Amino acid sequence: MNFTQMIIPLNITKTISDWIYSIMPETAASYTIMVIIAVAYLALFAVAGLYLVLLERKVAAWFQLRIGPNRVGPWGLLQTMADALKLVSKELTSTIKIDKFLYNLAPYFVIVSALMAMAVFPFSEQFQAFDINIGVFFLIAISSIGVIGILLAGWSSNNKYALIGAMRSGLQTISYELSVGLSILTMVLLTGTLQLSEIIEAQRTGGWLILQGHVPSIIAFMIFMVAGTAETNRAPFDLVEAESELGAGFHTEYSGMKFAYFFLAEFINMFIISSIAVVLFFGGWLSPFGITENIAWFPQVFWFLIKVLGLIFLMMWFRWTFPRLRVDQLLTLEWKYLLPLNLMNIVLMAIVIWLNWTI
Amino acid sequence: MTDQQAQNKIKTEEYFINMGPQHPAAHGVLRLILTIDGEIIKNVEPDLGYIHRSIEKMCERDSYQQIVHLTDRMDYLSSHINNEAVCLTVEKGLEIEVSDRVKVIRTIIDELTRIASHCLWWGVMGMDLGALTSYFYAFRDREMINDIFEETCGARLTMNYNVPGGLMFDIHPNFVKRTKDFITHFKTKIPEYDRLLTGNVIFQKRTKGVGILTKEDAISFGVSGPTARASGFSSDVRKHHPYSAYDRVNFKEILFTEGDTFARYQVRMMELWESISIIEQLIDNIPEGETKAATKAVIKLPKGEFYQRVETARGELGVYINSTGNKNPYRVKFRSPGFSNLSVLNHISKDVLIGDLVATMASFDFVIPDIDR
Amino acid sequence: MTNEDLQNIITGLGTDLEFTTEASEFLNVIVPKEQLHSICSQLKSHPELKFDYAFCITGMDWVPALGVIYHLNSTELKHEIVVKVMVEDRENPTLDSVHDIWQTADFHELEIFDFFGIKFNNHPKLRRIFLTPEWEGFPLRKDYVDEANMIIK
Repeated sequence: MNFTQMIIPLNITKTISDWIYSIMPETAASYTIMVIIAVAYLALFAVAGLYLVLLERKVAAWFQLRIGPNRVGPWGLLQTMADALKLVSKELTSTIKIDKFLYNLAPYFVIVSALMAMAVFPFSEQFQAFDINIGVFFLIAISSIGVIGILLAGWSSNNKYALIGAMRSGLQTISYELSVGLSILTMVLLTGTLQLSEIIEAQRTGGWLILQGHVPSIIAFMIFMVAGTAETNRAPFDLVEAESELGAGFHTEYSGMKFAYFFLAEFINMFIISSIAVVLFFGGWLSPFGITENIAWFPQVFWFLIKVLGLIFLMMWFRWTFPRLRVDQLLTLEWKYLLPLNLMNIVLMAIVIWLNWTI
Repeated sequence: MTDQQAQNKIKTEEYFINMGPQHPAAHGVLRLILTIDGEIIKNVEPDLGYIHRSIEKMCERDSYQQIVHLTDRMDYLSSHINNEAVCLTVEKGLEIEVSDRVKVIRTIIDELTRIASHCLWWGVMGMDLGALTSYFYAFRDREMINDIFEETCGARLTMNYNVPGGLMFDIHPNFVKRTKDFITHFKTKIPEYDRLLTGNVIFQKRTKGVGILTKEDAISFGVSGPTARASGFSSDVRKHHPYSAYDRVNFKEILFTEGDTFARYQVRMMELWESISIIEQLIDNIPEGETKAATKAVIKLPKGEFYQRVETARGELGVYINSTGNKNPYRVKFRSPGFSNLSVLNHISKDVLIGDLVATMASFDFVIPDIDR
Repeated sequence: MTNEDLQNIITGLGTDLEFTTEASEFLNVIVPKEQLHSICSQLKSHPELKFDYAFCITGMDWVPALGVIYHLNSTELKHEIVVKVMVEDRENPTLDSVHDIWQTADFHELEIFDFFGIKFNNHPKLRRIFLTPEWEGFPLRKDYVDEANMIIK
């Protein structure tokens, strides 16, 4: 056992798991561990989501010549916690015309699918709940389930604004799913594997994939960020909630914690899109030029989070500077520009690999 | 079944949704009943009156000095210009000639009001199109104008600076300096506005070719102000029927011919520069003189009909006073720019998407109390 | 074009027209209500008049007559007149709509219908645009009484 493994927190988890295995039969122990991991992830990402909300508000304030939340806690750090508490304690109101079962189901669909995707991310070499060999495929599959929740929310609310918002969400996700999938596929051509940890491993020696694949990689990255922003229904693609057109869109009729689930899911989805981009293009938890490769105590998760936050900042930047697209322009952008470009880009990437032009 | 038969089988159903009276896109309590097929608007029917206070009826009971205090509640973003319109009408009836000082001060504050109003419009136009940041940029600069107003007359929004016969009192000693400071500051900020919104590709895609209003329609529907000038209808009252000090300043009437949302946007942006130029021409040589002509305590207009038009930030405001010689007017009518401009909305919003309607409405710059009065 | 010239041209457009410039800055033309539509359409189409911009349309209650005042402007020839029309019947006042001549009249006629109760023939959709459909009476008429909401000195 080397020094690295001794101080990273994973050793604590190893101790806990050894202890659980020692007091329980093997099946029960593995189930208990799964539950513990799930609860830990849930708590972690609920809090992370809240702080992303705070970050968004601070970034927005920065863009808008304001100070932002600064009253609750030092530098307003507890503001979103207070907001969450407020939302939890609020009455859940709804109209009498809703379809009760679907209406209540919808927020869980959205939040659960968002949290499920978190399971496969390699935050560092050891910090990864499931390292499945179809990691990328799993992510694409899971991230498209969220839209069902939005469609359910819009349909079951029995509200015309909500319905229009949900329908927009449907067509938006179906369209941009293609671009997300194809740009990821372009990068998979380069790595030859769908397993996230191996994708990162492939970047340890050859450099980040965005450099390895040069031109086609950069095109793929740009398409991925555009389509990813659309996937998360954020401005300039926030037609789903377009407050100046549809009030609040699909979540018009939701209140209290159910609304908070939609809200939180949006931020976790943003985290997911940024994480995929970091894994596929920027070397995941690998440090730039290997500068901390030999520093044993340096947490690899630091680099992962820094890169993710950088991309999240980029998406916030989009949101606070761009106007919103119109619904037909949204579709034109995808089907007339991004999709053909993407298809050509895959061929280009294949040629690059075939001729060994990768760096 | 052939494709044609399938097409015939699929029928869409039109439905209506309410945009307003409580809706983020309607800046106030405007209710539009939209008939929609999918996302395509088939009919827009405005339903008004949610903030109607019947100012015209109240005017029939009040004296002329009191009327002035009602009109700033109509188009609250052009409150000074509204009040000026009433004062000019009364002055026309009494045949009072106000001093040059009053004329110049009124004109400067008119233009400051116009800048403040256009600032707010620019902010909410961005917001309606989903770019929230513009709002805060605009309000930063608008705040400086409001501060000047506050120092001048005590009010920031619904100013009561005009009285029939002149001004309530003279300008504050700081007025000239602060106005100049504002002009210097604001000149550096308009290019910033352009960088944030005007040049944006999405913004241009959303506004170019959207909500096209032809010149013929603009005239026929009685559209006025920047909205009309974007369609090439030369309707600037300041040019055609100069009042106050507008006959002694040089400024261009901004005219575009496209008539789309982007043209309306550009007209207002360029009017900001024109307003600045008007203020610059006047601010350094405010003539000395009385700030209030002598009027009787009870103003009685002679028997007759008096009409005065002014250019508010939204367009042509007409004040019609019918007097029977009493201390109260017999009938007062305010021809508000918003009401006439609203009438064209249905005409130019047929078969467009909801997003286009929002963009068009934003470019019309509606103030609902102005429509409802 | 001077008011006299305007008067000379307009006299030929109809019968029984009254002209006055007294107590007004514009040339006032009082039109019999039967001829309102025909005269208005000629005012717009006549090549020397071309009144294409109705910048103000006012409802009016000259007790006992009700009426409408049209302020007209020619954007091309830059002259202005005022057209007045009266209707004596207070119970069921009816005038012809001019919305097909100046489309702005559509909304202004709705406003006049709402506050003065003047009905307009051929109006596309006459409805109460400001007040609720069940509102009784027409508030801007001089004989309107609403003791609860009106403060009369």
